[in-house]
Amino acid sequence: MLAFVLRRLAQALFVIAAMLVIVFFGVNVVGDPIYMLISPEMDQQQIAETARALGLDRPIWEQFLIFLKNAVQGDLGRSFVHGESAIKLILHRMPATLELAFVALFMAILIGLPLGLYAGLKPESRISRLIMAISILGFSLPTFWVGLMLILTFAVSLGWLPATGRGPTVSILGIDTSLLSLKGWQHVALPALNLALLKISLVIRLARAGAREAALMDYVKFARAKGLSQSRIIGVHILKNIMIPIVTVLGLEFGSLVAFSVVTETIFAWPGMGRLLLEAITRLDRPVIVAYVMVVVVLFVTINLLVDLIYSALDPRVRLTEATS
Amino acid sequence: MSEATLPTAAAAPPVEAKEETPFRRFARSFFEDRLATFGLGLFVLIVLLALAAPLIAPQNPYDLASVDVMDSRLPPGDVAGEGFTMWLGSDGVGRDLLSGILYGLRISLMVGAFSGILAAGVGMAIGLIAAYSGGRTENIIMRIVDLQLSLPSVLVALILVAGLGKGVDKIIIALVMVQWAYYARTVRGSALVERRKEYVEAAQSLGLSHARTVFRHILPNCLAPVIVIVTVQTAHAISLEATLSFLGVGLPQTEPSLGVLIANGFQYMLSGKYWISVFPGIALLLTIVSINLVGDRLRDVLNPRLEK
Amino acid sequence: MAPVLEVAGLKTHFFTRAGTVKSVDGVSFHVDRGEVLGLVGESGSGKSVTGFSVMGLIDPPGKIVEGSIKLNGKELIGLDEEGFRKVRGREVAMIFQDPMMTLNPVLRVDTQMIEAVTAHDKVSHKAARERARDALAKVGIPSPEERLNAYPHQFSGGMRQRVAIAIALLHRPPLIICDEPTTALDVTIQSQILAEMQSLCAETGTALVWITHDLGVVAGLADRIAVMYAGRIVETGAVDPVLDTPLHPYTSGLLGSLPAEGEPGAPLRQIRGSTPSLARLPQGCAFAPRCDYAQADCLAQAPAVTAFPGERGVRCHHPLNLAGVAA
Repeated sequence: MLAFVLRRLAQALFVIAAMLVIVFFGVNVVGDPIYMLISPEMDQQQIAETARALGLDRPIWEQFLIFLKNAVQGDLGRSFVHGESAIKLILHRMPATLELAFVALFMAILIGLPLGLYAGLKPESRISRLIMAISILGFSLPTFWVGLMLILTFAVSLGWLPATGRGPTVSILGIDTSLLSLKGWQHVALPALNLALLKISLVIRLARAGAREAALMDYVKFARAKGLSQSRIIGVHILKNIMIPIVTVLGLEFGSLVAFSVVTETIFAWPGMGRLLLEAITRLDRPVIVAYVMVVVVLFVTINLLVDLIYSALDPRVRLTEATS
Repeated sequence: MSEATLPTAAAAPPVEAKEETPFRRFARSFFEDRLATFGLGLFVLIVLLALAAPLIAPQNPYDLASVDVMDSRLPPGDVAGEGFTMWLGSDGVGRDLLSGILYGLRISLMVGAFSGILAAGVGMAIGLIAAYSGGRTENIIMRIVDLQLSLPSVLVALILVAGLGKGVDKIIIALVMVQWAYYARTVRGSALVERRKEYVEAAQSLGLSHARTVFRHILPNCLAPVIVIVTVQTAHAISLEATLSFLGVGLPQTEPSLGVLIANGFQYMLSGKYWISVFPGIALLLTIVSINLVGDRLRDVLNPRLEK
Repeated sequence: MAPVLEVAGLKTHFFTRAGTVKSVDGVSFHVDRGEVLGLVGESGSGKSVTGFSVMGLIDPPGKIVEGSIKLNGKELIGLDEEGFRKVRGREVAMIFQDPMMTLNPVLRVDTQMIEAVTAHDKVSHKAARERARDALAKVGIPSPEERLNAYPHQFSGGMRQRVAIAIALLHRPPLIICDEPTTALDVTIQSQILAEMQSLCAETGTALVWITHDLGVVAGLADRIAVMYAGRIVETGAVDPVLDTPLHPYTSGLLGSLPAEGEPGAPLRQIRGSTPSLARLPQGCAFAPRCDYAQADCLAQAPAVTAFPGERGVRCHHPLNLAGVAA
């Protein structure tokens, strides 16, 4: 087990290092941000001074070495726009994004799993067909368009829920969260639902496929032959089997939730790091872009690692093969 | 059975039915699904509307002379200053929304189609190279493919446009960059399977050149999955372009795709002027859904092994 | 004494798109206390569906359309799901063919055994676990306490089947339906399990319905035998008379296709043709198209059951070996 974790850790570090190189050159080779940062009245000397102050006058490989040296110390440069440490900016906004993504993840399971189970266990019923039609639609609809429709329906027409912002937050152990007040939940409801929609469709499909497959297995028939109740068979025998692929896939999809939050945060004016990224992109604030990507990559890698561990905890067959290999 | 299949079935005598061409068989099973037939019909209609936009649109939204700011934000059904009815209303600067959508469809479809075809070409070439070279080259290529596929496409596209900037050509490049890996993986997979089959060995033992083996034998057999991916990815590309444009990092205002139109209407939405965003959105939706319906059916018909 | 199981006129049909498949079409038999009934037939003869019908485990598109199933004198047909659930595992248990598939791969053995206990008896977790451990010990699993914590994949096929048997025995049901439980196992393990089952059932007085396609297994195990063909029982009787002097040409054919003892090198006979589609059965005797003795009336009309002394019965217009029965 320890060897397995260490091996995965080494792989993770390699991926992070590779991404550092790719992202730095990818972002820095194209476009010269200096022209975004100066006023048109500046003369050549002033431009050169600004560039020097920001370290933009050095050769690219030298910039990279400085960048690398600082990166190891957790410093990914200063935002051209805000003048603050880029990584601090991102980390400051991260809790809001993670909160949104987690709520969306739970929504996906809470809504998708029962619907998918139902569709899988009663494939012929009319409700199941409706569920599947919704899930197909869910895959086709662009996230931003669904967000607009949610605002139009629930905020503009019905006036039930607020359309923008995060609402009041409470600080717990140094992390701000809006999940401790009703008002906070009202604010998070629409954006989280928007973000969850694709994943709901995904969970429905996975749960349906899993339930259909499991329902035909001999072990389910044997469980019935033992005299178990329907609820125990579905809740334990079938659910535990389909949770394995769902947890794995959802874990890996958490990264894409964070990525898609760029869209959702922009629509709902949610003050997370996704919106920060978009601002940085429109202003070519390179350090912030780089810092965002690196934070997300580290997040991805950590999640993949966790998913692997959870997976082996859920599926006894995997545990054995890992232990013997 | 849908009506579309009846004529062929009736025209072909029972003996010939066994000898129907692969294409006929494919078409027959495709049209057996009513939803897919509807999707294809809708898609063809959308493409025709987009192509005919200059002929049928009430107004040329690019022609500034014909646009009157006095007409801005008119609700659906109002009559413009020039006398024609704006069935879908007008946008923030007084352009007829229906015309805007028709022209916007042209741009959205063009971006989707171009990026889809380019990505298919690039991806297939890379996939074939990987499958044929083997060894370290293949390893490196497939590592890159895996890495690419593990990253969310929105994020990759966002970072790319951050570097590339706005513009049709740049968006297409970004879309190709996020799509090629799907083709590369699929084509390599199929090519590896095909390569082991007897007819390829036979072709090689006959002394046929590698290029000939690839193009005459392996490639045609990889086509089925590639066609499926082209449809699915084109829908995805159109959706992604709209997303980027909506976020303001995709196409510029001078190339008003559906995404740009939706973004322009967003600011009026909270004040209840829903149509400026909603109608282009519906057009986008119908386009994507129609392509996906076709793609879903193609997957079932061409490759029964793939799960839905 | 009333039989443990009494099935009369059972019809289980499957309503598929291709038509109605009459998997079980008028089956009647009974099993006495402590008795072993061998239910023999080729695949598709309806023997497994008969077993599942008794368990109430027929799922749509299948349905029991007619008949009566009495377990300990109590009618099962018409029970709701909860009523059936109370019967399953306690009054009748079932062992399946493939031991690799019958245990849930992601649940530990103790979980799967304890839940079987508490499904019917309100006992503490600890007491249930003890019962599970004793049951494992009984079926010959070494160090049962540790094995309880194992997952199914850590057992061999034979061991898994022993676990399944232990689960079936947990409530000491008066009847266990065994659906080819040794078919998927190695021959040596097969005979071990057979011997084990025999002694366990003798000890507890459990009756068995042993479903199999293998007459050889039945010969050593069963008290009585019922041969199924195309959804019906075509011949029934005590095991020795049936095997020695088969009345039905199909039984005779099955026996002929077994390698004969003491006659090495003798060619195996085959029954020509294959089992008919249960969706489109012929009008007359279902076996007639494959029967060497078929005559005009066989094709015209399905035969009824002819009864003979000693609970012997055959469904044939022209039974063989009649002299043997009369004698």
